[in-house]
Amino acid sequence: MLVTMTVNGTEVARDIEPRVLLVHFLREELGMTGTHWGCDTSNCGACVVQLDGTPVKSCTVLAAMADGHSVKTVEGLAEGGTLDPIQQGFMEEHGLQCGFCTPGMMLTTNALLKENPNPTETDIREAISGQICRCTGYATIVRAVQWAAEHPAGGDAAAAEAGTEASVAEPEKEVAGA
Amino acid sequence: MQIPAPFDYAKATSLDDAVALLSRYGEDAHVIAGGHSLLPMMKLRLARPDWLIDINDLHELDFIRREGDVLVVGALTRHHTLLESEEVQALFPIIGDAERVVADPIVRNRGTLGGSLCQADPAEDLSTVCTVLGAEAVVHGASGDRVLSMDQFHVGPYETAVAFDEVLTEVRIPIRPRSSSAYEKVERRVGDWAVAAAGASVTFADDGTLADVAIGTTAVGLETRASAAEAVLRGKVPTEELIAEAGRLTGEAVDPMADQRGSVEYKRHLANELTQRTLRKAIARAQGQEA
Ligand SMILES: Cc1cc2nc3c(=O)[nH]c(=O)nc-3n(C[C@H](O)[C@H](O)[C@H](O)COP(=O)(O)OP(=O)(O)OC[C@H]3O[C@@H](n4cnc5c(N)ncnc54)[C@H](O)[C@@H]3O)c2cc1C
Ligand code: FES
Ligand code: FES
Repeated sequence: MLVTMTVNGTEVARDIEPRVLLVHFLREELGMTGTHWGCDTSNCGACVVQLDGTPVKSCTVLAAMADGHSVKTVEGLAEGGTLDPIQQGFMEEHGLQCGFCTPGMMLTTNALLKENPNPTETDIREAISGQICRCTGYATIVRAVQWAAEHPAGGDAAAAEAGTEASVAEPEKEVAGA
Repeated sequence: MQIPAPFDYAKATSLDDAVALLSRYGEDAHVIAGGHSLLPMMKLRLARPDWLIDINDLHELDFIRREGDVLVVGALTRHHTLLESEEVQALFPIIGDAERVVADPIVRNRGTLGGSLCQADPAEDLSTVCTVLGAEAVVHGASGDRVLSMDQFHVGPYETAVAFDEVLTEVRIPIRPRSSSAYEKVERRVGDWAVAAAGASVTFADDGTLADVAIGTTAVGLETRASAAEAVLRGKVPTEELIAEAGRLTGEAVDPMADQRGSVEYKRHLANELTQRTLRKAIARAQGQEA
């Protein structure tokens, strides 16, 4: 069947089997491997993307169900060469080690901050409670989200203000292409 | 990599279209709503439909509406929407209690009320909630609507009275004065299915006695309400002793299975304890105190 959707602002169309899951559509049909795929059982949250702005576990959504809708993946977070404040926050606060859970965590954060620009620690922990990180523990992830909330402009200016030498391109590659 | 077996797929464009598609493709066609119960089952080949009829475009099934003394909730209403609704929390605090512990926020973004009830998993939290609230399920087919009590709706574990060519369209929950409700669940970790859970709804008469009580349990092998426990409280002014007795009777009435979530004794103990807690909380809420 022909499936058409907008992924990170670009319309894509593919002829696929109805049984293709959104996570596989993104990774295999579109080659966008920033969306990770872990447990396959809707538990780990590695595969979280936004469907019409709402975080969903893309291993439990058919690509066909996204037909006519818009999807945002980690590849769509940075604007040009500028990291999103959330990506910057994960870097500043060491919100990741292996980076496996990171794309999903960042897309959840992105939706959270849109709805609630000043989340409490409890709000943040609740928002990411359906996602598993095997590396950092959650303390640094929570701090990364808080950093992003405190630096809505994010990017180089905020990083400079925070006194770090942020290299914009490198960490983005690590995160998005892992 | 877990992928479902092959199937054909159609997006329903209206309720009638959904029913027509279901009748055309027969027993092997399934409705897909949030897909968060069906797709995991299809990946494991526990379900193998030939056709999926996607009802996600039927926005007319996604609503919360008050009609006099009934709250009507569309089958496609997501868990998230129910949890966010202030009207729902004010009328039926049990729904907020339960929704907060249904899966996790991201699963709640997709899963629906209708999918939860139609899945009829014995561990499904909202089935217990709808049962103790005395809700009715409206099922639509080619010959019109059927209105079913939750008892009629639930045929058994994973089995409902919804025919293959019917769609659950809405749930109707009666609003009663001087009443309130609560839900308590024990799970192993955030977002997990219940080891055991209990829900209660109470309605007071003018004289401070309980005009009505409903007690239900989740995941402990009691498909019906805990009627013996309810009888202890009905018509009485609730006391700690009566609540303890109702808890004890619920613990006796359940018929749990031992598994990795716990032993039979442990689950009986939970059914007893959780029943007492939900009763206390529902009673306090109905009396205008927050427990
Ligand atoms: C990781 C995880 C944890 C979970 N934890 C819990 C939990 O703790 N408690 C809990 O209660 N649930 C839990 N769930 C289940 C979750 O709430 C599901 O979303 C819900 O059970 C099913 O809703 P759905 O809309 O996704 O249904 P679907 O998966 O789309 O459908 C389920 C079944 O209902 C049928 N159906 C759906 N809608 C209709 C309709 N309108 N008319 C007729 N038939 C219909 C389908 O054909 C299918 O047979 C969990 C799910 C996951 C993935
Ligand atoms: S891969 Fe989707 S939730 Fe784990
Ligand atoms: S950073 Fe490795 S899983 Fe979270």
